[in-house]
Amino acid sequence: MGLMTFKGGVHPYDGKDLSKDKPIRELLPKGELVYPLSQHIGAPASPIVAVGDTVLRGQKIAEAGGFVSAPIYASVSGTVKKIEPRRVTVGDMVKSIVIESDGEMKEVEYQKTEDVSALSNKEIIEKIKEAGVVGMGGAGFPTHVKLSPKEPDKIEYIIANCAECEPYLTSDYRRMIEQPEKLVAGMRVVLQLFPRAKGVFGIEDNKPDCIAKLKELVQKEQRMEVAELKTKYPQGGERQLIYAVTKRSINSKMLPADAGCIVDNVETLVAIYHAVVLGQPLMNRIFTVTGNAIAEPQNFYICVGTNYRELLEAAGGFKGECKKMIAGGPMMGFAMFDLDVPATKTSSSLLCFTADEVAAYEPTACINCGRCVEACPELLVPSRLADFGERGLSDVFEKWHGLECVECGSCSYVCPAKRPLAQSVKTMKKQVLAAKRKK
Amino acid sequence: MSDLFNVSSSPHVRSKDTSSRIMFYVVLALLPTTAFGIYNFGYRALILILVTIASCVATEWIFEKIVHKKSTINDFSAVVTGLLLALNLPPTLPWWEAVIGGVFAIAIVKMMFGGLGQNFMNPALGARCFLLIAFAADMTKFAIDDYTGATPLAAMRNGEAVNAMDMLIGKTAGTIGETSAIAILIGAVILILLGVIDLRIPGTYIVTFVIFLVLFSGHGFDFNYITAQLCGGGLMLGAFFMATDYVTSPITPNGRILFGICLGILTGLFRMFGANAEGVSFAIILSNLLVPMIEKITIPRAFGLVKEAKKHE
Repeated sequence: MGLMTFKGGVHPYDGKDLSKDKPIRELLPKGELVYPLSQHIGAPASPIVAVGDTVLRGQKIAEAGGFVSAPIYASVSGTVKKIEPRRVTVGDMVKSIVIESDGEMKEVEYQKTEDVSALSNKEIIEKIKEAGVVGMGGAGFPTHVKLSPKEPDKIEYIIANCAECEPYLTSDYRRMIEQPEKLVAGMRVVLQLFPRAKGVFGIEDNKPDCIAKLKELVQKEQRMEVAELKTKYPQGGERQLIYAVTKRSINSKMLPADAGCIVDNVETLVAIYHAVVLGQPLMNRIFTVTGNAIAEPQNFYICVGTNYRELLEAAGGFKGECKKMIAGGPMMGFAMFDLDVPATKTSSSLLCFTADEVAAYEPTACINCGRCVEACPELLVPSRLADFGERGLSDVFEKWHGLECVECGSCSYVCPAKRPLAQSVKTMKKQVLAAKRKK
Repeated sequence: MSDLFNVSSSPHVRSKDTSSRIMFYVVLALLPTTAFGIYNFGYRALILILVTIASCVATEWIFEKIVHKKSTINDFSAVVTGLLLALNLPPTLPWWEAVIGGVFAIAIVKMMFGGLGQNFMNPALGARCFLLIAFAADMTKFAIDDYTGATPLAAMRNGEAVNAMDMLIGKTAGTIGETSAIAILIGAVILILLGVIDLRIPGTYIVTFVIFLVLFSGHGFDFNYITAQLCGGGLMLGAFFMATDYVTSPITPNGRILFGICLGILTGLFRMFGANAEGVSFAIILSNLLVPMIEKITIPRAFGLVKEAKKHE
């Protein structure tokens, strides 16, 4: 059988060799930790601690602000120093709780569940919700919402997004190599919620060791299997992954549940395991620090709230002059201008490069070559959409299906004229959606 | 914070391909054809090629100087235009007429409409058609080995027999670059392997043209005749190097197929029922004009969107 894949896509240099063989190292944070109240999609959490309070690791410090929201927990023990706006990775100022760590990591008692199969669906979802689990691949959508579809009986696939198609990132890879049992255990919990579904681990074929490990583990599992995916960006995009695994396609107006699917990232499934089986809230994650401007690229087990500068120093600091810093992967991550920002539930990496590839090229005229059309996983015509965007032609933009863009950046990547296509399309998409909301 | 970092919208990496590299690939793929043209027609062909390229590049440079635009001659596109124009000229054409052709291609067809990416018609072919009208006699005088002779297509039209093998190799009269089908096909393979073009346009063009011949030429399925028609005139050069010109062909995948079909039908019409044995150049520039319409009716349906009709079922 051929490898599963989707149409379109690109093959950027993957750069994973820098950090893929570095075992996960636990990093104990020093000093100040910052917890933005909005590190998920939905309403911001509301603080339930006051300045001066002492907190333990694992103690809830902010309550969910609604159904589509998630609570936040302290990842260290210490004192609440401030509650004030702080800068986050994308550059905004977000109201945050600042905790001064006492360095002792005193923890609350967690309530383990001996027999998960005895729990009702409601209890499981409640535990996930209480633990503050959100999509840790980057979007930060509250997981309990995702796991409560309108028609649970129609869910046929639980897809574990193990593609890690973004270049340079190796955090999911390390998790799969070092603790695949946790991933499988997380999947087991989710499958209990959906008795008709089977669990599929979608892994790109550039990680043969992960494929072998998980294949071995799922042998004993009746309802799980491993899907080998072609290594291609954006194989881990939700719509692309669903298509690769099930051959079902969804558009921007549909949810994965409409195609009978639920997609969860590796770290999210591990967090579900921690939440339901061990009773631990979401406080930690795996984080990659890499790039050619990093002295010793590493994979860390970090506490949510840790400062990026501390992460950088733990990886030996800069090697050479750093020109560009990126939070997340090089295809969809955010360029950063300040290192004094906290790692959140959705932060997967810090990339530092000695050269800025984008600035090195000057955009030239579009030659209509159609490479962006070949690369677009949504089968759009990015060069035209970008042009409509730049000229503000919202109706034509919609007619050419501009709103279906998944913002993967493949078009900008392949463009031989080095035009910022994705940027123009994204901007126009935001404007069109904003205008629609106003109506 | 003392350090300064670059900030930009994602993605933060770019592929190595650039526009000038693509143009360079096209020149590379045209080398077999160019070399055969020079071998076949001698030094006059070489001089004509050099003069035409120089004329195109110089025109672009001067034009941009005059209108105070940044020079774009480094993108190699003027070189490609010059080379393609030269390959479409008879080897005996006076050099100054070739210079005028180059000036027309760049100044009128390309730069006047906004430069690279904006022209609606293939500059080389636009200039060729201009020269055909302006210097009709010189542009239709073909000679090989100093003997004036008819091109194979003209000979066929007059009912004379032609040697399809000679046409495949290219030892015939014609323009500098159109005679050798084999040299053009080598170039086409290079373009396809380098990912510069795909078979959508040339494939549908050739297939449509063959079907048209079988139906309307009156020769039915005559293998020799079809081969001669395919190798004769500018069809091969046109299908692989001029119809595939990015700027003047549709960007939508289905549009490219439709474009190829238009080309096949128009070429067939011109060759069978036109006043001239030739038809490729006019078929291509006419189809160039249809591109905006073709694109409009072939907007691709985005991933995951179902057909409107299906919804109502």
